[in-house]
Amino acid sequence: MKKYKFKIKGLDCVNCANELEGELQKIDIIDKVSISFMMERLVFECLIENKEEAIDRIKKVIKKEEPDVVIEEV
Amino acid sequence: MDNKMKKRLIRIIISFLIVIISFFIEFNNNLYNNILFFIAYIIIGYDIVLKAIRNISRGHVFDENFLMTIATIGAILIGELPEGVAVMLFYQVGELFQSYAVDRSRKSVASLMDIRPDYANVYRNKEISKVDPDDVSVGEIILVKPGEKIPLDGTVIEGESMINTLALTGESIPKHVTKGENVLSGCINNDGTLKIRVDKEFEESTVSKILDLVENASSRKSRSENFISKFAKYYTPIVVIIAVVLAIVPPFIIDGALFKDWVYRALSFLVVSCPCALVISIPLSFFGGIGAASRIGVLVKGSNYLEALANTEIIVCDKTGTLTEGVFKVQKVDAIDYPDEDLLKYAAYCECFSNHPIAISLREAYNKNIDESLVTKTKEISGKGVLSIVDKRKVLVGNKKLMDKYKIDFKESSEVGTVIYVAIDKKFVGSIVIADKIKDDSYKAVKLFKKNNVERIIMLTGDLENISKDVANKLNLDEYYAELLPQDKVSLVEKFIRQKSSNGKLVFIGDGINDAPVLALADIGIAMGGLGSDAAIEASDVVIMTDEVSKLASCIEISKKTMRIVKENIIFAISVKILVLILSALGIASMWAAVFADVGVSVLAILNALRILVVKK
Repeated sequence: MKKYKFKIKGLDCVNCANELEGELQKIDIIDKVSISFMMERLVFECLIENKEEAIDRIKKVIKKEEPDVVIEEV
Repeated sequence: MDNKMKKRLIRIIISFLIVIISFFIEFNNNLYNNILFFIAYIIIGYDIVLKAIRNISRGHVFDENFLMTIATIGAILIGELPEGVAVMLFYQVGELFQSYAVDRSRKSVASLMDIRPDYANVYRNKEISKVDPDDVSVGEIILVKPGEKIPLDGTVIEGESMINTLALTGESIPKHVTKGENVLSGCINNDGTLKIRVDKEFEESTVSKILDLVENASSRKSRSENFISKFAKYYTPIVVIIAVVLAIVPPFIIDGALFKDWVYRALSFLVVSCPCALVISIPLSFFGGIGAASRIGVLVKGSNYLEALANTEIIVCDKTGTLTEGVFKVQKVDAIDYPDEDLLKYAAYCECFSNHPIAISLREAYNKNIDESLVTKTKEISGKGVLSIVDKRKVLVGNKKLMDKYKIDFKESSEVGTVIYVAIDKKFVGSIVIADKIKDDSYKAVKLFKKNNVERIIMLTGDLENISKDVANKLNLDEYYAELLPQDKVSLVEKFIRQKSSNGKLVFIGDGINDAPVLALADIGIAMGGLGSDAAIEASDVVIMTDEVSKLASCIEISKKTMRIVKENIIFAISVKILVLILSALGIASMWAAVFADVGVSVLAILNALRILVVKK
């Protein structure tokens, strides 16, 4: 397991951030997902070989839930 | 203000002007007024309506955009066009203010933690090149000019300077560094130019560790934050359901009740049903609290810990290095026949070849050059002391056993600590007391703990009973336990945890050395002097960057202030919302009042939250 950190921009409010966090927690290949609205930060853990797939699936969920939100790795 | 906010502001102004015009200019035909209002509505609300439509297709019924759209379009449909526009307008003003406030507090916390170095000047191929600190590897030589941040942890190999550690420790007095000393990334080089050999990669450097810690702090959520998000989860659906019932039921069962009136009341419900304004101020408060703590050099690893600190009931501290300085110093010189200075001189000369901690503290106390050629013979007597010939005189420096061995008639000292006896040419000339000194800061800390209602302050130590008792009495501690083995500390802390009240928290504070089990066991484990000690940063929940215990007291104060503000905001926001709901159900509060209440509450709650960032100096 490795920890990945992303900048997450375009969230409107804390509630939206919490809801999105809840949706992301449903992705089975990632663990310990957390979104900090104040720091505009998305952190999760996954196996190194799953990284690309994890990012793909996260982006899909984001596209469905919050189309205005963009993420970029830091 | 960023572009997004500017655009919103422009839309608010234009729409507001149109509303004013259509209010005050009477056109012959009412239709013109309505068209103007409609244009104003489109300008101010188009994005909300579009988002609402998009969200319905995804099944997000209780989304705030959707709620605002229904409320305003509903108002327009029942013929309250101006109200529909006004509500949307105020809503946008509130949103603008909210994003402005959040942006501001993000920036002010970021500036508190403005320690990230942008570049490093590294020597490569006999030239200096400016590179990303990430690209510098261990062993390379970097140059730090006056005014620059030290980008990576390393050792000074050339030059000397005063460095400013304010951003790391909250300590405003600059520190002098010179060749051979370690420097930490994130400090600012004040005057001289330093050549530094890099000891750690950027990822492993202090500055990265600290930033990582602070940036992730708000992901560990506190109970209050969880409460408010749970509240929001139930609040919105309940209010919306009541709104639907309100619109449909009363017109059927109350005689003469107008359908239009009750729909209007129901729409006011929708205006206050959005939880966002309520939810924002809570994490904002914790964010501010963590920011304020980091400004005084205390890193709190999560909102949950900041919340817990407010309920500190028991503080368990380590002695050596935490309450005391952890270094042995000459506390008292008691000379007979000779001046104190001479006694110290003979003792220092006698021990000039020894590396025993006692010898070191004697030489430090003497603090003058030692002419080693005067010491012609020196012999260590194991477990007792040293015998040397200094300036042709036979000097004995050691404990009681040494005096007994050489049958010297001496006066036993009653001082607490390690007592060193000195004899010259077989004659007792005095004693020197060496002890670990209590930090001046510890006295202040204990007073502040008491002031903040900490019930028990307990000291645990492996040191001797009489020394520990002396420290505990001087500091006025509630309890102390001496001569402990590491495993005794664990079982004692377990016992204290069982003794405390259910809401109270046990805080353990130590210098982080050999404390990992206790740090983990305590509700809040705090490591001090965290700079440079990775293990301590790793194992603890809160890191105090300096070695001052009183910082913990300041942090408890910040925590209490944060919790007070959080409670104020929760109570204030929920009660205003409920009041408005009741008033609009009774038809007393108009939709105007509802939107004012909604926006007003969030503005006041945010302003209240921002108070935390104001730290008393």
